[in-house]
Amino acid sequence: MNILVFVKRVPDTESKIRINRETGKIEEEGLNFVLNPYDEYAVEEGLRLREANSGKVTVLTVGTEESSVILKKCLAMGADEALLLKDEAPETYDGLRIAKIIARAVEKKCSDYSLLLFGKQSVGADNAQIPSMVAELLGLPQINVVTKLEIKGDQGIAHREIEGAIEKVAFSLPSVISAQKGLNEPRYETLKGIMAAKKKEIPVLSFEDLELKEEDIASGLEIAKMETPPERQVGKIIKEEPEEAAKKLVEFLHLEAKVI
Amino acid sequence: MILIFIEERDGKMKKSSLEAVSEGKRRAEDLNTELHAVLVGHNLESLASEVFPYGASKVYILESSLLSRYSTAGFAFVLNSLVEEIKPEIIFFSAGSMGRDLAPRLAAKLGVSLASDCTGTACRGGKLEVIRPIFAGKVFMTVKFKFSPQIATLRPNVFPLTEPESKEGEVVKKEVVIPEDQVKAQVEEILKEEGAELDVTEAEIVISGGRGIKGSENFDLIRELTSLLPQSAVGASRSAVDAGWIDHQHQVGQTGKTVSPNLYMAFGISGAIQHLAGMSSSEYIVAVNKDPDASIFKVADFGIVGDLFQVIPPLKEELKKVLSE
Repeated sequence: MNILVFVKRVPDTESKIRINRETGKIEEEGLNFVLNPYDEYAVEEGLRLREANSGKVTVLTVGTEESSVILKKCLAMGADEALLLKDEAPETYDGLRIAKIIARAVEKKCSDYSLLLFGKQSVGADNAQIPSMVAELLGLPQINVVTKLEIKGDQGIAHREIEGAIEKVAFSLPSVISAQKGLNEPRYETLKGIMAAKKKEIPVLSFEDLELKEEDIASGLEIAKMETPPERQVGKIIKEEPEEAAKKLVEFLHLEAKVI
Repeated sequence: MILIFIEERDGKMKKSSLEAVSEGKRRAEDLNTELHAVLVGHNLESLASEVFPYGASKVYILESSLLSRYSTAGFAFVLNSLVEEIKPEIIFFSAGSMGRDLAPRLAAKLGVSLASDCTGTACRGGKLEVIRPIFAGKVFMTVKFKFSPQIATLRPNVFPLTEPESKEGEVVKKEVVIPEDQVKAQVEEILKEEGAELDVTEAEIVISGGRGIKGSENFDLIRELTSLLPQSAVGASRSAVDAGWIDHQHQVGQTGKTVSPNLYMAFGISGAIQHLAGMSSSEYIVAVNKDPDASIFKVADFGIVGDLFQVIPPLKEELKKVLSE
């Protein structure tokens, strides 16, 4: 069973995000970049499925050379191969653009697969678009926000999280799955894995290699403005006996905020 | 024309779909254009009449017994046919679990880009402009579309409902045929726990516990508060989820859910930056924490420096008093 896992390099969730006043874009300097947390579940699931069914796990990312750091991490976790789809363009926040690059790479370079795994969204763009779009472009079924996955032969059952319930979805392979927190507990890299990953070459594919022209992947969105939200006004902080504090809080909720 | 996708579950319309209809009505007035809605599935006629009071003049019902259970590709297939036929300029979905799954598939089918989980919309120069939070709300981005239809999913609980009017409209029912090979994944059943709690993204009040809750059993204290307050849900910080005290479905923050309820109450939550990102757009924020320097107090409208275990019991009593009035 050959599995492709798609990952992204993102600022860690503890990052304070600032806008560069001159460029109007996100200031990358000083940010600590990591493997997108949801992608860790996708990588782990891929490794587990390979261990149960044999085959190969290939991790792919779209980005600059700097993204090879997260590919190395995936290799150290146990992935067999990695591939960098080189994209030097600044972030457009347009899921379709990236989905087109991924779909083309899959068709041209890794068409022997049973499963495409993604994190349910990147923390950052927060789009949650790419898995569905890649599924559409490749004509595959999709199951997003998955917390449980079982595969037997070319059939599968996935549990998909919805509001206050779980959808049990039956599907056939090949298929696109996006991982939600809770799907598994991602493993740490081992020292042996890290050493092995260091030796592995990461092939780089350019748009030319993929026969993609700039106009094929031009962004369909225009970013007019980026801004950080206004700071919230400091409220009333009290330190009193619990009974008195509780009384004042309920008064606030009832009479001032009028939410109760 | 503006088209709104209406999400139906268990024979009921999602409130967030009516929020999308309401926002669609406001934009349709700006553009002086018509507002239509579409329902996909099986046996949906009774729902159509519930959409008209919110401003839609026409409701399409795309019927097929094959669509009685949700299938992303199947739904996208029939929506695509409708869109090709009626050519809306704008399409809104609610950014609930179905809209966020379906809208990107439809957008890719139509070959247009999509703006996800928007918290504001406007029209300028006859074109749609939307606001979408990125980094879970650490940054807000204003986005315009280069192509038509302009498709956006709208965050639940953000857009106000319009005042319903007693209006009727036209129902256009279409029997649709879907090639079977379009349905390679389909919902078999919906598993719902007995007494399942309201989802944090849909609740008007979210009451959350963090590390200060100290154990899974103490989430019962939070549940005692939510049981008193209608339309409320239990939330949690990442530390509480990672400690295994509560399921990740309840997690609020950057690797959990982003919420914007009328009231957010944080008990024993210090206010890590990734948590603040997920709840700072709440209308009112209340925090109870022992540590007077906790970051959560920087965003709180009302804060109590104190032990949550001592504050919750009298709080329950005070709430009961006010609620019984």
